[in-house]
Amino acid sequence: MNKGALSKGFIYTLLIAGSLLMLLPFLWMISTSLKPANEVMMLPPKWIPSEILWENYREAWNIAPFGRYLLNSIIVTVLSTVGELITTILAAYAFSRIQFYGRDILFSFLLGTMMVPGEVLLIPNFVTLSNLGWIDHYEALIIPWIASIFAIFLLRQYFLSIPKELTYAAKIDGCSDFRFLWSIMVPLAKPALITIALLKAIGSWNAFLWPLIVTNSKDMRTLPVGLTSFSTEAGTIYELLMAGSTMIILPMIILYLFLQKYIIEGISRSGIKG
Amino acid sequence: MNVHPTLKSTLKALLYLSPALMIIGVFNIYPIIKSFAMSFYSDYDYFNDVVYERGLDNFIYIMKDADFWLAMKNTFIFVIGVVPLSIIISLGIALLLNTNIYLRGFFRTIFFIPFVTSVVAVSIVWRWVFHTDYGLLNYFLGFFGVDPISWLTDPAWAMPSLIILSVWKGLGYNIIIFLAGLQNINKQYYLAAKVDGATAFYRFIHITIPLLSPTTFFISIVSIINSFKVFDEVFALFDRRPGPVNSALTVVYYIFDKFYVEWEFGIASAAAYVLFIVIFLFTLIQLYIGKRNVHY
Repeated sequence: MNKGALSKGFIYTLLIAGSLLMLLPFLWMISTSLKPANEVMMLPPKWIPSEILWENYREAWNIAPFGRYLLNSIIVTVLSTVGELITTILAAYAFSRIQFYGRDILFSFLLGTMMVPGEVLLIPNFVTLSNLGWIDHYEALIIPWIASIFAIFLLRQYFLSIPKELTYAAKIDGCSDFRFLWSIMVPLAKPALITIALLKAIGSWNAFLWPLIVTNSKDMRTLPVGLTSFSTEAGTIYELLMAGSTMIILPMIILYLFLQKYIIEGISRSGIKG
Repeated sequence: MNVHPTLKSTLKALLYLSPALMIIGVFNIYPIIKSFAMSFYSDYDYFNDVVYERGLDNFIYIMKDADFWLAMKNTFIFVIGVVPLSIIISLGIALLLNTNIYLRGFFRTIFFIPFVTSVVAVSIVWRWVFHTDYGLLNYFLGFFGVDPISWLTDPAWAMPSLIILSVWKGLGYNIIIFLAGLQNINKQYYLAAKVDGATAFYRFIHITIPLLSPTTFFISIVSIINSFKVFDEVFALFDRRPGPVNSALTVVYYIFDKFYVEWEFGIASAAAYVLFIVIFLFTLIQLYIGKRNVHY
């Protein structure tokens, strides 16, 4: 019994130490972001600032147009998430409920293309968007991202798990395919749809390489792109850099803490398939 | 609901698929082909889409470019540094979390937090953690009598810094997948082994490891593919440079540089395809090894 208690204590110690390693950078970030300038570079580090300086956030906000970056990030995240949900629902329905010529070949082909790293697509997409005149416009940040093969795959699997009998019953009652999809399938697939939406929102909010390449002007930057250029300008003013980072990091942590069930379930499910 | 495909059902399906297929066609499938073609363009005007000359020049260029080989070498070091370390640590934590303890969900929540945060933003936070004089890391190492390390400015330490950041960032994802895999293992095996008097260590080696191998296999494939594509971390951690004296130049950074800084679209496309082929070969090798060693 004693040995059990000892190993339990050991497990807790390890887990608490691990959790601290995970959290310390974030606590350090928040602490620094609220410090007066003379307490930032200090040894030993001061975790709790002598006065909480919200001013840093306002100052960062004044030096770089973070308000505009934030607005852009919100617009891009919301529209690409909504767009992806719509295209995914329609496509997943076709792949799971309609028998059509070439269905399995098309589906395997799409899955196959997922193997190609996104970096390969970067240059032709940039040329396409230049030709469309979309560079430095919202279209370039949103349109290429409103369809995802991975999301279609995820939702198709979920739709397949919904009993076919429901479809037959609806058909007998004279329900059209389209109405059946939106009034029966979509509500039933809510957990999968929330997972897809959350993974998309996180990915879109944090996306970097793509927005970096398709935006030129300050007005079109999203938060991550704005932060890197701010970091080049602000250099070593760490309290401002940390204030900027907090603005990007905190919203996603809060979203995650409230809706983690859906995120974790979605990720576990995608793993088990392997 | 038709049981057999008909012309009508096919047309209907195409209608449902058209929004997704249009986007995927233009932004996923066309560029795969176009990029391949572009890698052979040796003289090209992208504004007017005119090709003057095709050939192997781009591939010859990168094969002769010392920077490309440096980028390959660094990327391999990164993959070899991150993947095993991340798998071992996350498996360890998943095993701890899979025991009968309080606050399991709470710990799991915490380990996963870095995964949902912006790579760019956390890299800038880590830039501050790695600070030579006032960074948190050197401060803690000071307790153990370690002299301050120039994490981000010493070429020898640039890659280890990048590896530490990446392991920290990706741990949560692997833990979640390992936990799902562990919970899939039938408890009966453990009970049977216990009845036969197998020790905890023996049970781990002979039950957990083999039955978890599909999960480990999945994680290693995903981690290797992702590690080969490292870019955002480098860009943000070293403030728009590939580390001191190119010590953290990775393949994707090289592609980005050729594409977006030097506007050499052909060379960048060729380098991207080489990366794709390398990743593809690695995945094939893993699938081959997996077939022989993974127990389903």
